[in-house]
Amino acid sequence: MSRFIIPKHLEVPLGACLPAPVKEQPGMITGNWRTERPVIDHEACTTCLNCFIYCPDACWHLDEKTEQMVWNADYCKGCMICVNECPANCLSTVNELEFPDGVVRLEKPF
Amino acid sequence: MAIEVKTQNLEMVKSLRQVPQEEHYVPGHRTCQGCGPALVYKLVSKATGGNAIFLGPTGCMYVANTSYLCAPFAYPWMHTQITNGGAVASGIEAAYQVLIRKGKYKGELPSIVVMAGDGGSIDIGLQAMSSMMYRGHDALFVMYDNESYANTGIQVSPATPYGANTTFTPPGKNVPEGRVLFPKDAPQLVIGGHPAVHYVATASVAYPVDLINKVRKGLNYKGPSFVHLHAPCPKGWLFPAQKTIEVAKLAIQTGMWVNYTWENGEYTYDHTPKEYKPVKEYMKGQYRFNHLSDAHYAKMQAFIDARLKAPGKPIAIPVLGPREQ
Ligand SMILES: Cc1ncc(C[n+]2csc(CCOP(=O)(O)OP(=O)(O)O)c2C)c(N)n1
Ligand code: SF4
Ligand code: SF4
Ligand code: SF4
Repeated sequence: MSRFIIPKHLEVPLGACLPAPVKEQPGMITGNWRTERPVIDHEACTTCLNCFIYCPDACWHLDEKTEQMVWNADYCKGCMICVNECPANCLSTVNELEFPDGVVRLEKPF
Repeated sequence: MAIEVKTQNLEMVKSLRQVPQEEHYVPGHRTCQGCGPALVYKLVSKATGGNAIFLGPTGCMYVANTSYLCAPFAYPWMHTQITNGGAVASGIEAAYQVLIRKGKYKGELPSIVVMAGDGGSIDIGLQAMSSMMYRGHDALFVMYDNESYANTGIQVSPATPYGANTTFTPPGKNVPEGRVLFPKDAPQLVIGGHPAVHYVATASVAYPVDLINKVRKGLNYKGPSFVHLHAPCPKGWLFPAQKTIEVAKLAIQTGMWVNYTWENGEYTYDHTPKEYKPVKEYMKGQYRFNHLSDAHYAKMQAFIDARLKAPGKPIAIPVLGPREQ
């Protein structure tokens, strides 16, 4: 009985295995989705961690050394959940056009 | 000869300060702005920590997460068919049990977690989920509920509420309310029919500490557990992306969603409001309900009222407030 032979150049691996990301997935930058960004007033921030816990894209973290919140500009999609959920009202919505590096200005964002 | 299977014992968190800062579901995925299910993924991943294996049946949380040969999961993760999340979890758990029995694996049994949408849990994925629960595999089945088959363009699912406009239930002349049926009761389906299950809970993205603890409790139980998580979907429910948490909170305040735990036959309720708000307040905020008339709102209110006070039903006793007609 003859076996069905797949030509070498048409062979594909069964399934695909990918390396796991460590801290971020640079293959899918999403900061360029944004038209507005959340801007923090560190003075007024109580580090209540609401923004940290509610951001679906994990773009707010507490820097334990400075005790300040750090924002991730490369991945923030600008959904503004953090602004909505900040009890201290220390986050504001600012249009990307206000920033020299605003993603809407860049010819090729990231 | 019984060989002891070492399992993890995950600690409960008391406040946001105790929630680990480390992310296991990392930034860099294609889910919509403000996606509730993505937030569920982040919180469940925080709950499990690194020693976990996640399975992603087809749905938004597979497709929008793993685009163009990259994925945001910092732990072993595998795609399963939309129909067989429970079966793949069963196989992985059984394989670990064999490896442990043969002495080929010495570590703790990792947390095995299925992250399925409502379709992948209680509709097209029902038989595999039910079999995993029935056979008693030591794994956690998470149903993130965005109340539709979202990934293929928001089609109706058994979790879709009455009156919702989906691409398969558009309102029109003959069916003015769009969706005519009331949703399937997912946790009751699991509790009622699966003697091996000892822990079933419902939680919401609005209360993340509670959600993390319920996931951890489910994982700590030996045997299968089921958690049903409310995950508003701005794209499908048609509300502004920044309102995801607001919508989730309002669902609890109006009785559209009830957070509870079922543990060995005992019910406990969380976040029960002192007074329920009219359900219309919740529905008004979402464009998927925009076509409804007052008669439709009243029908939904009657359903919610009956569900909240049905005798013998494991739902919080409501403190009925004044409702508008
Ligand atoms: C057997 C089968 N039928 C249909 C599909 C098409 N499909 C892909 S994703 C999806 C929707 C999944 O809905 P759900 O499980 O609720 O997850 P969600 O997309 O809402 O996150 C469907 C129907 C499929 N992949 N496999
Ligand atoms: S939500 Fe507001 S107050 Fe709380 S940590 Fe974030 S920025 Fe600070
Ligand atoms: S705007 Fe949205 S994505 Fe950006 S940090 Fe706030 S919650 Fe996260
Ligand atoms: S359609 Fe809904 S569930 Fe799917 S990625 Fe968008 S917001 Fe999330």
